[in-house]
Amino acid sequence: MTIPASVSATGFWAATAMIAAIILCSTAGEVFTAAAMKSVGDLDEIRARSGLKGAIRAVLTCPLFFAGVSFLALAFFSLLFALNHLNLSLVAPASASLTLVTNAIAGKIFLKENVDRRRWSAAVLVCIGVYLLAH
Amino acid sequence: MAHHDLLPRQYVILGLVAVCAPLGDSCLSRGMTGLPAITLAHPATLIAAVFTPWIALGIALLIGFFASYLTALSWADLTFVLPATAFGNVIVALLSRFWLHEAISLERWAGIVLITLGVGFVAQGPSLTVRPASVAELPASQAREEQVR
Repeated sequence: MTIPASVSATGFWAATAMIAAIILCSTAGEVFTAAAMKSVGDLDEIRARSGLKGAIRAVLTCPLFFAGVSFLALAFFSLLFALNHLNLSLVAPASASLTLVTNAIAGKIFLKENVDRRRWSAAVLVCIGVYLLAH
Repeated sequence: MAHHDLLPRQYVILGLVAVCAPLGDSCLSRGMTGLPAITLAHPATLIAAVFTPWIALGIALLIGFFASYLTALSWADLTFVLPATAFGNVIVALLSRFWLHEAISLERWAGIVLITLGVGFVAQGPSLTVRPASVAELPASQAREEQVR
C-alpha cells in the first residue's frame, strides 16, 4: 500500500490526528443536532403553524442545537486545517466514509434509532462507495 | 413507523442536502489549496480565509445544506438522512462525466453503484423509526406499571 504524497509530507500520525478530529467533532455535532431537531419536532409543521420566524425561534431556543453547532464549527475548522495540509482526495473520502459508520454507531447508542440490518448494510456500502469514488 | 412515504417537498429537501454539501466542499477545497500553508501558531489566518471568494461561496452553499439538513432531521432519522448526503458525491461524479466530459475510472463506477445501492436500501425502509418510549414519556398510570416491573 503506498502512502499518499500529502501524508508522507505531513507525517502519518499528524494526518491521522487531523482526520480523527474531523470525524469526532462532526459525529458529536450531528448527534447533538439530530437530538435537537427531534426535540423541536417537524419544522414543516411548525412553519405552517407559526411561520418562518416561529420555526427559526423553535430551533434557536433549543440548547442542544447550540451544542451541535459548536461541534460542527469545530469540525469545519478541523476540515479547513486538514485541507491546507492534505489533499481533498484523501480528506474527503476518509472523513466522509468513516463518519457514516461512527454516526450509525452513535445513532444507535445515543439517539436510540433502530439501526437494523438494512441500515448497517447501507452504511457499509456507502462507506466503501465513497472511498472508491473519491480515491 | 410513521412517515414511511415521503412527500415531494421532502424529496426536494433531501435533494438540496445531497447537492449543496459536495459542491460546498469542492469550493472550500479550491479556496484552501490556493492559500499559503497555515500553521497552528497562526490560527487567525484560518478566520481570514473565510473572507476569500471561493471559501465564501463554499460557506454560502454549506449554509443552504445546513438549513435543508436541519429540516430533514426534524422528520427523519440521522441514519436515514446521512446516506442522502453521500448520494451527492454520485451526483457530482455523474455531472463531471456527462457535463464536463471527465473520464471516470472503473473504481469510481463501482463506488457510484455501491452508494446508489446503499441509498436504495435505506430509501426502501422507514425514514423515522419507532424508539422505545422512556418511562418519563409514558402516561402516569403506565409509568407506574413500568417502574413496578
